Amino acid sequence: MPQLFPKKANSLPILSLGASLLGGVLLVFLVWYYFSPEFKVVGYQPEQPVPYSHETHVDKLGMDCQYCHTNVANSKHANVPATQTCMTCHSQIRTQSPKLLPVRESWANNEPIEWTKVHHLPDYAHFSHAAHVNKGVGCETCHGRIDQMGADGVYQAEPLSMGWCLDCHRQPEKYLRPNDEVTTMGYTQPASFIERNLDRIKEEGIQPPTNCSACHY
Amino acid sequence: MRRSFLTGLVLVALLLAGCRGTQSDNPPFHMNLDMDFQQKFGPQEANPFFEDNAAMRAPVPGTVPRGELRNNSALYEGRTEAGDYVDQVPIAVDRAVLERGQDRYEVHCSVCHGKAGAGNGIIMRGDYGYAPASSYHIDRLRDAPDGYLYDVIANGVRNMPAYGQKVPVQDRWAIVAYIRALQRSQNATPDDLPADQRMELVEGEPDGTQPTAAE
Repeated sequence: MPQLFPKKANSLPILSLGASLLGGVLLVFLVWYYFSPEFKVVGYQPEQPVPYSHETHVDKLGMDCQYCHTNVANSKHANVPATQTCMTCHSQIRTQSPKLLPVRESWANNEPIEWTKVHHLPDYAHFSHAAHVNKGVGCETCHGRIDQMGADGVYQAEPLSMGWCLDCHRQPEKYLRPNDEVTTMGYTQPASFIERNLDRIKEEGIQPPTNCSACHY
Repeated sequence: MRRSFLTGLVLVALLLAGCRGTQSDNPPFHMNLDMDFQQKFGPQEANPFFEDNAAMRAPVPGTVPRGELRNNSALYEGRTEAGDYVDQVPIAVDRAVLERGQDRYEVHCSVCHGKAGAGNGIIMRGDYGYAPASSYHIDRLRDAPDGYLYDVIANGVRNMPAYGQKVPVQDRWAIVAYIRALQRSQNATPDDLPADQRMELVEGEPDGTQPTAAE
C-alpha cells in the first residue's frame, strides 16, 4: 500500500501551528492598531472655508479662548464665534485680505460661514462643555495645543473615544487643574498636583459619572 | 519565499505605524454610522431647508422670551427712566463681582485697552491699523457716569464695535465696576490705603523694595 502523505508532510503540523500563531499575533496587532480611534480619528484636519490660524490669534496675540468661544463655561455647546466676532477686529484690520473674503461676504450677505466641524461626537453621546470647564478640565487636555495649530487648521489631537473619556472619569485627579488655568496653553502641573486634585475632588464633591445615563441618556 | 513575504508584511506594518495620528483631511472612519448623524439639528448645524443654510433661526425682532422681560432700564440699558445714564452700577458690588469683572475684562477688553486700561493692548501695540483705543485714565472717562461705560460695552461707540452680544448683562456691570477700580488704582494717593498698609509704604525703600518688617 502506497504512503498516503509524502515525507515532507511531516513539517505540515509544525508549519500550520506556527503560521496560525503568527497570524493570530499579526491579526491582534493589526486590529488593535488600525481599528483604534487613535488611527481612525486622530489627526483629522479638514480644509476650512477661511484659513483661520489659532496660532496667530492665541499664541501671537495672546487672546483668551473665551473671547471667541464665549459660552464654554455656561453652555453644553462651545460656540463657534459668529461672523460679528471676526468683524469686531477685521472691519478695521486686514480689510483687503483675500483670505478674509468669505468673512466679509458672510457679513455683507448675512449668511453664516460654513465651518467644518473637527471634533464630532456621535449624536447619541451627549457632552457638556460647561460641566467640564467649571470643574477644572483644561482646553488643552482634550483639544491639544490649539495655540500651535496654524493656518492649516485645527486637527483632532485626542481620540474622543469612550475608553479615552472613561480614563479620565475614573482617574480625574491625573488631569484636573485650577479653574483659572483652564484656558492656559502649555500649563505644567506642579509637583504635588495629585494631592491638590484629590483635595479638590473631595471638597467640591466631584463625582465623574461612569454610568450610561450620564452621556447616553 | 514565505520568509520574504513575512518580512515584507512586518516592514509594511512598521511603515504604516508612522501614520498613526498624523494630520490628514480624511474624515474619521467609523464602522457604523447609524446614529452618528441623526435626523435632527444641533446648535450651529447646517439645515439645507433654509436659504442661508443655518439651522438656528433668528427670532423675530420685538419678541420677548419668557423670563427675560427687560423692564429695568437702569439694569439693562444703564439709563434712568428719563433716559439719562445712571451714575452708579445698579448691582451690588462685592469682591466676587470685582474678580469676575477682572476676569471678563482680561478676556474681552484687555486685547485693545491693555491690562491696566491705558489703551495699549496688543492690538494697539502691534501697528495693525486699528483706531486707537482710549485710555481709561483721562478726565472725560473718569467723570463719565457708570451707565455710559455700560452703554459702550453693550452698544459700542464710534470705532469700537458692540460687545453686548457676547457679554451678558451681569458681566457688563462687573466689567464697569472693575474699570472703576482700575481708574482708582492709576489715580491713587497714599491716603487711599488703610492706615497699617500706609505705614509699610512710608517705610519702604525709595527704590521700591519691600520693607523687611513693619513696626
